[in-house]
Amino acid sequence: MIKIKNLTATVNDGQQTILNGLTLEVPAGEVHAIMGPNGAGKSTLSYVLTGKDGYDVTDGSVEYLGQDLLDMEPEERAAAGLFLSFQYPLEIPGVPTMTFLRTALNAQLKARGADEMSAPEFLKKARNVAKELKIKPDMLKRSLNVGFSGGEKKRMEIFQMMMLEPKFIIMDETDSGLDVDALRIVADGVNALRSPERGMLVITHYQRLLDYIVPDRVHVLADGKIVASGDADFAKLLEKEGYDKYAA
Amino acid sequence: MGEQKTIAKDSIEAGTVEGVAGLEADKYKYGFESDIEQEFAPKGLNEDIVRFISAKKNEPDWMLKWRLDAYARWLTMEEPTWAMVDYPKIDYQDAYYYAAPKSDKDGPKSLDEVDPDLLEVYKKLGIPLKEQEVLAGVQGAPRVAVDAVFDSVSVVTTFKEELAKVGVIFCPLSEAVQKHPELVKKYLGTVVPPTDNFFATLNTAVFSEGSFVYIPPGVRCPMELSTYFRMNAQGTGQFERTLIIADKGSYVSYLEGCTAPMRDENQLHAAVVELIALEDAEIKYSTVQNWWPGDAEGKGGVYNFVTKRADCRGKNSKVSWTQVETGSAVTWKYPSCILRGDGSSGEFYSIAITNGFQQADTGTKMIHLGKNTKSRIISKGISAGKSNQTYRGLVSAHKKARGARNFTQCDSLLIGDNCGAHTVPYIETNTPSAQFEHEATTSKLSDEQLFYCRQRGLSEEDAVALLVNGFCRDVLQKLPMEFAVEAQKLVAISLEGSVG
Ligand SMILES: Nc1ncnc2c1ncn2[C@@H]1O[C@H](COP(=O)(O)OP(=O)(O)O)[C@@H](O)[C@H]1O
Ligand SMILES: [Mg+2]
Repeated sequence: MIKIKNLTATVNDGQQTILNGLTLEVPAGEVHAIMGPNGAGKSTLSYVLTGKDGYDVTDGSVEYLGQDLLDMEPEERAAAGLFLSFQYPLEIPGVPTMTFLRTALNAQLKARGADEMSAPEFLKKARNVAKELKIKPDMLKRSLNVGFSGGEKKRMEIFQMMMLEPKFIIMDETDSGLDVDALRIVADGVNALRSPERGMLVITHYQRLLDYIVPDRVHVLADGKIVASGDADFAKLLEKEGYDKYAA
Repeated sequence: MGEQKTIAKDSIEAGTVEGVAGLEADKYKYGFESDIEQEFAPKGLNEDIVRFISAKKNEPDWMLKWRLDAYARWLTMEEPTWAMVDYPKIDYQDAYYYAAPKSDKDGPKSLDEVDPDLLEVYKKLGIPLKEQEVLAGVQGAPRVAVDAVFDSVSVVTTFKEELAKVGVIFCPLSEAVQKHPELVKKYLGTVVPPTDNFFATLNTAVFSEGSFVYIPPGVRCPMELSTYFRMNAQGTGQFERTLIIADKGSYVSYLEGCTAPMRDENQLHAAVVELIALEDAEIKYSTVQNWWPGDAEGKGGVYNFVTKRADCRGKNSKVSWTQVETGSAVTWKYPSCILRGDGSSGEFYSIAITNGFQQADTGTKMIHLGKNTKSRIISKGISAGKSNQTYRGLVSAHKKARGARNFTQCDSLLIGDNCGAHTVPYIETNTPSAQFEHEATTSKLSDEQLFYCRQRGLSEEDAVALLVNGFCRDVLQKLPMEFAVEAQKLVAISLEGSVG
C-alpha cells in the first residue's frame, strides 16, 4: 500500500543528507517494524512521509494507494488516511482534546466528501475508545497534552488514532514512556485496528513492544537506509546483538 | 450537563474553522458600500458646525453651551503623540461632522418601516441570524434589544416597550436629552469630562449620536442590549457618545459591535463611552470591533481613537469590559475603571489582533480609590504580518485604597517574523497594603504545533484559527454566547493569509 523507492532527503539547504536511498514496501494488511540506532533517520522518515516542512526530497519517490504521496499537502495526506503517532506529541493550549479531535475528524471527513459525524455520535465513540484505553473522561476535556505525562501523551496519540481510524499508521517510538501495563493497553488498541486493508509502520528501539504487536517484517534503518530485514524473530536477534555491525 | 456544554463549545470552535473555510482569500468580507443617501453638514469644523449639529438635534441651550465650551477648549489642545502608533497628520477641516440617512428623516415607528436597504446592510454585516430575526420581528426571537446606529442617526429601536415595563430606558442619546434631561444633565460628562483628552473633547463638541441606558434600582435588565455602530459615508468622522447608568442593585449586559465598508480615505472615529455603576450594581460591556484595517499596503483603514471609562461609584459595584479588537488601521483605546466605591471591582478582558500594517496601542487603567477594591486584567495580543501592538496598562492605588488587589496577565502571540508586541505596565501604589500581581508572556506560533494540527487533517488556516482561539480561550469565554461565536469567526477572518 506504500512503496518507498530510493528516498533521499536533506536538511540545511542540502548540506546534510539524512535519508540516503531508502527503499521499503509495506503491503496492505501488514505490520512492519523499523529498528535502528539513535540518529539513524527513523523520525525523519516519519516526517518526510507525513510532509513536514524543512526536509528537501532530492531523490526517490513514495507511492501511497496509487498516489504520489510527496506531491500532497500534510492535511491531504491525513485525509487520505495517513496517521503519525508522534515521538514527541505537541501541547495545544486552550484547545480541549475533544474539540481538537472533532475538528480534525470533521476536516478529514469533509475532505473525503463524507458527512460530518454528529456530536452525540462522536461523544459516544470517544467514550468507548477512552474506556478501552483506560483514559479518564476528565482528561478529554483538558487542553490537548497540556500538563500530561509522557506516557499520557503517548496514550492520547493512540486515542486519536483509534478515533480517526486511519488507513496507514506510523508509530514513532510509541512505547517509550509507557510502563508495562500501559504498553499492553496500547498494544491491544493497535492490534484491534489490524485488518487486511490497513498497513502499519512501527518504529521502535526495543524488542519489547514487538512481543505485543507482532510484526510481519522487521527492518534495520542505519545511515538513512534499510540495511537488513527479517521476520519477527529477527527483532530478538537484533536486541541481543545490537546495531553495531550495521553502523557505518 | 458537562457534555452538553462541551458540545456547545465544541460547535463554536468548529464554527471558527468553518468560518475560515467559507471565505475568499484576501478579501475584506465586509467591503461594500450601501447607497443610502446622506445628508451632510458642510465639510470642516468651526463653531457654526457645532451649532448646526446641535440645531439638527433640536437641543436645549445647556447642551449647545456644553458643546461650544468643549469646542473652545479643543482649539487649545494638542493631539497626543505618546502612543506607539504612527499615522499621517489628520486634517480636521477636511472631514464631515454630520451625516444622516435621508430616508429616515421622519424616523420610522416600527421595523416594517425600516428601509430594506438597511436590513440588507445588516445581512451583509453578518449580524447573527438570531438578531436578524429580532430585527425582522420574528415571533419567539431571542430577546436582544437593538438600538442600531446607522451612521449618525438611530434608525431602529426594538423592544422598547418591554424594557419600559421594568423601567429600563434604552434610547438614542439625543432622545434622552429631550425626554430625560435630568438624568443626562446629572451623569453626562461626569466620567469622561469635556476636558479629558484631545479626542474626547472633540467628541464632546461634535458628537451626533449614541445610546443612552438607564437601569432603575434593583432591576435586572431582562435582555442583552446591543448596538451596532458602523460608518457608511465616505470621509465621515464618527463621534458616538454612549452613556450607561446602572442604579443601585441593578444589572445590565451591553453588547457593541462594529464593522465598516471598504474605502480609500482614512476615517476618523473618536467615540466616548461612559459607564456609571451605583451601589451593588453591575455592568458588563462587551465589544467586538471589526473596522476596515486598510488595504494590503496598509492604506485607507479606520483610525479609532476611543475613550471608554467606567466609574464604579457605589459600594460593591462591578464593571467588566470585554473586547475583541480586530479592525482599524490605527487603534488607540484604553477602557478603564475608576474603582471609587469601597469593595468595588473592575475587570478587563481583551483580545487584540493586528495583521497586515495595523497598529494598535491599547490597554486599560484600573484606578483604585476605595477600600478593598479589586481588579483583574487579562489581555491577549496577537500580532501577525507587519503589524505592531502595544499593551499599556496602568494600575494605581490611592492612599485610601487599603486592601486593593489587582491581578494582571498579559500574553502576546507572534505569528511570523515581521510583527511586534510590546508590553508597558505602569504600577503606582500609595498604600503598602495593596497587592498587585503582574504576569506577562510572549510566544511565537510554532511550526511544530501547526504541523501537528495539519497531520491530523486541519488546513493551515484552520490550524492557525484553532491555535489562536485556544490562545484566547480565557477571554472568549467571558463573552455572551452569541457574541462568542461571532468573535471566533472574526479571529479567523482577521488572520487570513498570515501564514504560508
Ligand atoms: N531539521 C533538522 N536539521 C538538522 N538535522 C536534523 C534535522 N532533523 C534531523 N536531523 C538529524 O538527522 C539525524 C536523524 O535524526 P532522526 O530522524 O530524529 O533520528 P532517529 O529518529 O532515528 O533517532 C540526526 O543526526 C538528527 O540530528
Ligand atoms: Mg526518533
